[in-house]
Amino acid sequence: MQNEPGVRRRDLLSLIGAMAGSAAMYHAMTSLGFASESTYKGPVKLQGDPKGASVLILGAGLAGMTAALELRKAGYKVQILEFNSRAGGRNWTLRGGDSFTELGGFKQTCEFEQGLYINPGPWRIPYHHRALLDYCRRLGVALEPFLQLNHNAYLHASRAFDGKPQRFRAIKADFQGQVSELLAKVTQQGKLDEAVSKEDREILLQALQSWGALDRDYKYNANLVSAEFRGYARDPGGGLGGDPLPSDPVALSDILRSRLWRYLQSFARYNFQTTMFQPVGGMDMIGKAFAREVDGLIHYNAKVTQIQQNDRGVTVSYVDATNPSAVQQATADWCVCTIPLSILSQLPIDVGGAMKNAIDAVPYAGSVKIGLQFKRRFWEEDEAIYGGISYTDLPIRQIAYPNTGFNRTGRGVLLGAYLFEGANSYEFTAMPPAERVASAVEFGAMIHPQYKSEFENGVAVAWHRVPFTLGCSGEWSDAGRAQHFRNLCQIDGRIVLAGEHASDLPAWQEGAILSSLDAIARLHDRVVRT
Amino acid sequence: MALAISGAGKVGLAALVALLVPIGFAQNDSRPPSNRAFSSGYKFVEMTGEELFANVCQGCHMPDATGAAGAGTYPSLVGDRNLEAGGYPITLIVNGRRGMPPFGDMMTDGQIAAVVNYVRTHFGNGYHDAVTAKDVSDARR
Repeated sequence: MQNEPGVRRRDLLSLIGAMAGSAAMYHAMTSLGFASESTYKGPVKLQGDPKGASVLILGAGLAGMTAALELRKAGYKVQILEFNSRAGGRNWTLRGGDSFTELGGFKQTCEFEQGLYINPGPWRIPYHHRALLDYCRRLGVALEPFLQLNHNAYLHASRAFDGKPQRFRAIKADFQGQVSELLAKVTQQGKLDEAVSKEDREILLQALQSWGALDRDYKYNANLVSAEFRGYARDPGGGLGGDPLPSDPVALSDILRSRLWRYLQSFARYNFQTTMFQPVGGMDMIGKAFAREVDGLIHYNAKVTQIQQNDRGVTVSYVDATNPSAVQQATADWCVCTIPLSILSQLPIDVGGAMKNAIDAVPYAGSVKIGLQFKRRFWEEDEAIYGGISYTDLPIRQIAYPNTGFNRTGRGVLLGAYLFEGANSYEFTAMPPAERVASAVEFGAMIHPQYKSEFENGVAVAWHRVPFTLGCSGEWSDAGRAQHFRNLCQIDGRIVLAGEHASDLPAWQEGAILSSLDAIARLHDRVVRT
Repeated sequence: MALAISGAGKVGLAALVALLVPIGFAQNDSRPPSNRAFSSGYKFVEMTGEELFANVCQGCHMPDATGAAGAGTYPSLVGDRNLEAGGYPITLIVNGRRGMPPFGDMMTDGQIAAVVNYVRTHFGNGYHDAVTAKDVSDARR
């Protein structure tokens, strides 16, 4: 039964749930090792009659549409004002034929072949982002794996190994192997005797031998043991001449000085551990699925100019973003505002000093993504890189390969640069889009020389130039969060804020949804109690 | 290049061609045309006010410093009376303001002074009482 414990546990859990209620079930789940670490506790239940109360939601991103969907279900009259002519906000995909004008008037038209795309905003979903995954399930959004870790992708240091990219597989095995060898050496010399008991010493040596692929003398060498981890000089084959040849490790000193070790953590952190997902066909499948649910509630091209409240209700002034001459007004009993703080901080809004100070306290991170179309999927055909990410110290920082359409002939699109915070994100933002694309091609060619002959076209999104956010995401400092976060999230009169900026998961879609669910639960509680 | 570009930031074909020619990348000393520089770490390598403006500030305030407007706005720095007192832009750059990120950790005192002096003497601004690195250092407290 070891392979299928879930069935029996699930039966048991539903029995406990039916007998003793959900709190008991949650407790049982925890002790059976089943509970998620997420604060998401399943679909929100807004019990009690709102008695026809109305809610005006500002922004049709994931936070705003989550609030709309759930509040309407609970009996509220709901409407959404959205700046863009589409729903989704930062949940966004660019495909061939899409055009996009950034601040400053720079217009790009994506020329990707049909079926190819990039996600300029969020592009991956951790398995423990339970709220987002639950909405994907409920709204019928199909998912497929997002490969964060590909052992055959590259780690690249422009001033090491003559600029030649190294396979992740080899660097990881060689670093782990040689660190293990060092540790085995000092263990055998008795230098760890104070920290490791005599009993544990032999087990530690066995573990290091196994984990580090060490030989019988606890050395990490070129042999068929290390080759099983770092790869072969000649792979095992068939018949005559099929015998494998070991490969030569990269010296520890070379790895240390190249600083390639710093990329090993890119795959180890909680938010980047397997399994990660992406929606089939583009991240905006999620936004589109939400938009179908709240169809008819969204008023598009509405640029909010003022947010007022008194003891009777909320009045929001807005103009048509495409023809901003006439100011219009929308009113409601309550307001859920998901406008990014980079914009909200510029609007006149009737809230108390504490919330206003919080709104003003959060700078917005810079981020740039560049999608490049090539005539063929050379990274697969020539280099056997199927999905995943290569890391580099070049200004493009990452090259991410498509996690779909594997092994096909014909064109492909990869992510040719991904900058998040740091100097390079500003430097790329400061360029005209075509220059960003040209620079990504120039730098990328130092890792994949095929760029020069295979490149066709590209698009570049710099988030500080995106008209509907003026930045990528709320960039909280620890001090700023300690001082302002609670004030940002409190209900102020008839207004509550939601979005990734009002979460402990900044820049993640899960943060936007969890923030929204928390905000509407508190708002609903207030409504039914008054 | 099949990228369709129009609008204020139209790139000259010559600039594009120049970029597509190998630039012999060597972290900080070789740079493509039009004041382009690429930093290797968290901090900016650009040193002059002109370089800093062209590689950092113009991302939001635009190459001609006229700012931009979408759902919110980036203020114009053209003929900007707010720049009259040199301490004001220093404080803004060090600490940020609202959505504007702070650059105090990404630029040295000298870099911040350089870019403040550049903006205060360009784009229709004629404030020639230069600020110093010490002014920036004092503002950090």
